[in-house]
Amino acid sequence: MAIIVDEKTKVCVQGITGNQGRFHARQMMEYGTRVVAGVSPGKGGQELDGVPVYETVEEAVDKRGASASIIFVPAPFAKDAVFEAIDAGIQVVVTISEHIPVHDAMDMMAFAAQHNATIVGPNTFGIISPGKCKIGIMPNKIYVPGPVGIIARSGTLSYELAYNLTNAELGQTTVVGLGGDRVVGLDFVDCLRQMERDPETKAIVLVGEIGGTAEEEAAEFVKGMKKPVVAYLAGKSAPPGKRMGHAGAIIERGRGSFESKVQALNSAGVPVAELPSEVPGFVRKALAKKR
Amino acid sequence: MKLYEHMAKDILAKAGIPIPKGRLVSSAQQAADACRELGPVAIKVQVLAGGRGKAGGIRFADTPEQAAAEAADLLGREIGGYKVERLLCEQKLSIDQEIYVGIAVDGAARAPVLIASMQGGVNIEEVPEKNIVRRNVGVTWGLFPYTAREVTRRMGLDPKLANRVVDIMLRLYRVFREKDAELVEINPLVVLTDGSIVAADARCNVDDDAMYRHRDLPQVVEGSELERKVKELGLSYVELDGDIAVMANGAGITMATLDIIQRYGGRPANFLDAGGGASVEPTAQALDILLATNPKAVLINIFGGITRCDDVARAIVQVKESRGLTAPLVIRLTGTNEKEGVAILEAEGIAAFSSMEDAAARVVALAGEAVS
Repeated sequence: MAIIVDEKTKVCVQGITGNQGRFHARQMMEYGTRVVAGVSPGKGGQELDGVPVYETVEEAVDKRGASASIIFVPAPFAKDAVFEAIDAGIQVVVTISEHIPVHDAMDMMAFAAQHNATIVGPNTFGIISPGKCKIGIMPNKIYVPGPVGIIARSGTLSYELAYNLTNAELGQTTVVGLGGDRVVGLDFVDCLRQMERDPETKAIVLVGEIGGTAEEEAAEFVKGMKKPVVAYLAGKSAPPGKRMGHAGAIIERGRGSFESKVQALNSAGVPVAELPSEVPGFVRKALAKKR
Repeated sequence: MKLYEHMAKDILAKAGIPIPKGRLVSSAQQAADACRELGPVAIKVQVLAGGRGKAGGIRFADTPEQAAAEAADLLGREIGGYKVERLLCEQKLSIDQEIYVGIAVDGAARAPVLIASMQGGVNIEEVPEKNIVRRNVGVTWGLFPYTAREVTRRMGLDPKLANRVVDIMLRLYRVFREKDAELVEINPLVVLTDGSIVAADARCNVDDDAMYRHRDLPQVVEGSELERKVKELGLSYVELDGDIAVMANGAGITMATLDIIQRYGGRPANFLDAGGGASVEPTAQALDILLATNPKAVLINIFGGITRCDDVARAIVQVKESRGLTAPLVIRLTGTNEKEGVAILEAEGIAAFSSMEDAAARVVALAGEAVS
């Protein structure tokens, strides 16, 4: 098993005729993802790499039964695209687009909550259940199936950790990118809850960073979990008040510091690795111990 | 984007929130004129840093002569890292009470949050949590009057003032939404001895990502010249105070690279995220910029996923040939076509590692710092 996406997931690519959309649609299909439709307003009626392109998401759902969507449309149009997907009955909306205004993000989250839909991101690298389904922009080669779940706020850093785990022969059930923005949909707690229930996931790696309170909330939830969780956090050396690339990665008004996150995680029994290369060892130790 | 106080106040005034009478000035003469027109004034430096009162950036003057002298003293000074170029001269207020009202984006709730306190006039972070009232606002329906009324009740505000403060909260929420603000803050919102209420100080931070739909807003330039230059290239850059220049692809891994350098006893000179894609052109441009800052050493950390490592290696060689490498360079390359990439670099005498930790240790050694 895996969480959120698996081999049955039928994916619609919104913005499939753009450079990014087309490239990653092809990459996802090479990985084995069931990409059933593309949507590109004004460009419907054609086929791209064997994928039919439609005018609207509703058409993609009606004709091809799409159940998840991945969004590559530029930020100014992303809110409309997300609303369209949710309104058409799509359950999982993976929002790759960067630089979406935070007020649009808040609107999207409210709409998703009203419709019981899940938004992954925005500004995420996506979600992958190795060997089953990839809805995202992560490289195809660094993952293998296995017992570890990874939940990350940041893309490349999660690749680094997945790569370290794969090299140590620790494969993954599902790897989720939550997104680097201040307001994102799916969060650590949602994923932890699902991974706790997933029989194949035996240990979880949480990849966090400074800013916000997501890691502290995750730590609170871990206290009630049976499965072991280990963490790696970025931003120890970051000065307060400086936004480190991500909109969310900023120590502001005394909140979101590295120390407060380490303390919260440690108090929940979550060890925090100081180097990415330490993470596989931590996972092995956690798997051997079994709480 | 942070707005200056006078800009934030203009926006509040247009939304119907009362503000003090004031004049924006940039010379001692203008300050004297403002005082002649307004009577006794408060003279406030217009800088983007907080805590300007403590830093001596707020003065008072009763006469035009005093106003001129205070203005002359303030202009050109550096406050909170910013050079003072403009002053806001405002009618001096006779204050009875200072309140705090703010609206911010609450990431945890994925919704706006209305924040209020009877303890205004100080940094809200210094107010004990028990004296702060917070309420999330649903974006679908917006802020209702009853919610604002409940907030004023919990604050312990005099019911005689409640209606007017509720009205200001509702208008402030409209500003927050219409201007795509990350934060709007009136601190303090003051009750004057004559019973009237005005916004004595205001802040408004507009979401950079929404600037495309606010062409009417003034452009406020933040950050150092270098930070702005790099930003124009579409890269994310923050200056730090060390001597090892750093570039990586992706915000999280860039932060992690800085952490590891520091752990090995080095001092990073910057945060430079060339983007998760790490395409060739940004890599070359970023390296160019880093070398121009005269670091003791440079570390480039590339996790090549979709980008091929040999392409990145060629970009680096291209920079070497076109401008020369003026500082020792350490590269970490991992991922697609890693071997080819490393071979290209080694042929040029550039050290390449496959582990970011080994690369960080090496660059710290090269920068002549202690290796722990």
